Amino acid sequence: MDILKKVPVREQDAKIRATNFEEVCLGYNMEEAMEESLRCINCKNAKCIEGCPVAINIPKFIEQVKNADIEAAYQTISESSALPAVCGRVCPQESQCEGRCIRGIKGEPVSIGKLERFVADWAMDKEIKPVGATIKLNKKVAVIGAGPAGLTCAGDLAKLGYDVTIFEALHEPGGVLVYGIPEFRLPKENVVKKEINNVLSLGVKIETNVIVGKSVTIDELFDEEGYSAVFIGSGAGLPKFMGIPGENFNGVFSANEYLTRSNLMKAYNDNSSTPIMKSKKVAVVGGGNVAMDAARTALRLGAEVHVVYRRSEEELPARIEEVHHAKQEGIIFDLLTNPTEIFADENGWVSGIRCIRMELGTPDASGRRSPVEIKGSEFTIEVDTVIMSLGTSPNPLISKTTLGLLTDRHKCIIAEEESGKTSKDGVYAGGDAVTGAATVILAMGAGKAGAKGIHEYLSQNKQSK
Amino acid sequence: MLCLYSLLADGSKMYKIIRAEELAQNIYLMEVEARRVAKSCLPGQFVIVRMDEDGERIPLTICDYDRTAGTITIVYQAVGAGTHKMAMLREGDEFHDFVGPLGCPSELCTEDLEELKKKKIIFVAGGVGTAPVYPQVKWLHEQGIHADVIVGSKTKDLLILEKEMEAVAGNLYITTDDGSYGRSGLVTQVLKDLVENNGIKYDVCIAIGPMIMMKFVCRLTQELKIHTIVSLNPIMVDGTGMCGACRVTVGGKVKFACVDGPEFDGHLVNFDEAMKRQQMYKTTEGKAFLEAKEGDTHSGGCGVCGGDK
Repeated sequence: MDILKKVPVREQDAKIRATNFEEVCLGYNMEEAMEESLRCINCKNAKCIEGCPVAINIPKFIEQVKNADIEAAYQTISESSALPAVCGRVCPQESQCEGRCIRGIKGEPVSIGKLERFVADWAMDKEIKPVGATIKLNKKVAVIGAGPAGLTCAGDLAKLGYDVTIFEALHEPGGVLVYGIPEFRLPKENVVKKEINNVLSLGVKIETNVIVGKSVTIDELFDEEGYSAVFIGSGAGLPKFMGIPGENFNGVFSANEYLTRSNLMKAYNDNSSTPIMKSKKVAVVGGGNVAMDAARTALRLGAEVHVVYRRSEEELPARIEEVHHAKQEGIIFDLLTNPTEIFADENGWVSGIRCIRMELGTPDASGRRSPVEIKGSEFTIEVDTVIMSLGTSPNPLISKTTLGLLTDRHKCIIAEEESGKTSKDGVYAGGDAVTGAATVILAMGAGKAGAKGIHEYLSQNKQSK
Repeated sequence: MLCLYSLLADGSKMYKIIRAEELAQNIYLMEVEARRVAKSCLPGQFVIVRMDEDGERIPLTICDYDRTAGTITIVYQAVGAGTHKMAMLREGDEFHDFVGPLGCPSELCTEDLEELKKKKIIFVAGGVGTAPVYPQVKWLHEQGIHADVIVGSKTKDLLILEKEMEAVAGNLYITTDDGSYGRSGLVTQVLKDLVENNGIKYDVCIAIGPMIMMKFVCRLTQELKIHTIVSLNPIMVDGTGMCGACRVTVGGKVKFACVDGPEFDGHLVNFDEAMKRQQMYKTTEGKAFLEAKEGDTHSGGCGVCGGDK
């Protein structure tokens, strides 16, 4: 074996997987995992832990894999993460743990993500549960949103002994894990549901179909339902559109709608009653993970797919693995290209998308080189479907109905990073609701911080609460 | 396993059907236990229901609510596969999911009551749109305001909630397309008649019914210079602003009917676009439904799907 390289991970063949919704990456087996674990040199001052938003003790769990004690490795991970099988699949490891790995200086970093996934899958298969609370504190905490932030916060609080109920607006818990990320990247029955059940096994309750701000307000949760603290992890659900002409024609969708139909409402499955556009040629506008998910979903549903992105490949915000997989599967990347208008036929159905070529100018505030239009370079791509994947912003339903909860100009809830503390007493927040659209793992990090903040708050206020 | 998530602390399920009636052919009324919704809803808002674990999410405007009993009344017409299946539910059965209240309450409920009392209000209800009109008229009645109501129906047999409406409306005018009951003709003719021939001056009109009816009511009230509110029921998935399927152009601006509406100033709504958007899945859905209903025999008789080809 080449010690400078990762043990390769098995994947479904690109040609075959482009036609199905089965998981693309097949993960390590015991042998492969143990071989990869040997590459970890167990640094004393482990940089990987610093790179992990939930600070998993990575060298420790890898050491336990080396010793073939996978159950111990699982308990090490679950001390810090409520959703390891999810994170092993969707975390941007290259910019986090693996990005800091010493091995990466000369050669490839240790495949921490794939090892995490292996450990979590092994434990799930053996039905090993995380260790719950030994004491019960007689205090109720409400968590709003059963996505990554909410589930993590709820799990941590339950481990501390709190009586936790999660309120979820949709009919199924999981947030973006169930409505957004597709089956071929994150299997729902075998991964997401099982990890949510692990959180429930800690004593967490979930009430679905409750829209906080509509069905019940935060003040009512405090005053009428006896909650002592609230964590808001309601995410960033509102899709953005470009504001170009033709965006309301039939066949223009937000990535949120397209993915929700396919994932949550199961339109990817032929037996489902959920309708989804049967497209021949699709333009997906945007270059993030959600854009890749939408593009690869459309491809699997039988379409030729173009990703239209205004910057160059280097600036694509998606995980490297997703871009790589998308290319392998045959997604066409129209880079340095920006839509200007959508055309429709006489019945109002999309017939094409007008684009203009771009070139990169000077770096903008985000440090990325900002794209500039090349005059006179307009051209049209004939498509029957356009999927807008331009990011999302927080839903104002909660902030609009909660007196004393401050938001910034992007409608993001203002909260302290280390504790999740908001402007309203007893109310904490984290995840996309605070930062705007980001990643699963950053939301989980914020969920952890929120749990810590709430625990401190409720410990200090023993008498009064 | 999933239904565990919607259990109450005491183990009881939440969305039991207390009453199920067929009001007219293919039009059904159901009173459903949904405590959180019943506690917080107001006229003009809607719910989303799912009848089973694999069911579609169906948005329905709230027709009535009982805060003490903790129930919501919905009225719907069985049109697609989902609503036909739903029509088979009986008293004692349960909905798998029932979420709300969604959308903004009717403008009337949030207006200053004294101002409201000075206004002469007319409701125009078409077909199953009579159901969402009812709670608004009832709410006004409870505030001591008597609004006039025009109810239009294709034929006598499809008329719903006549008695209920009569009990809360000021003047109730019923018209049928075929003249089989009440007046004969379209709701617009009745409204025009009331204003032009009877000299009634209305300040506000609330029109709820098929999109095409609302469009023509708005065209008329624009001429008559009556401020008009319509309630839109576009395609939607989540109902909380997440999918954007329900976007509608109002006064040149894109709005999401689920969170910004469902009620809008009718004179500003782009109805032609909204009607086109409603057709989005007509072909796919119709085909799937007829396939299920007629099996292999379907040969395109529905006129929309092109048969089995």
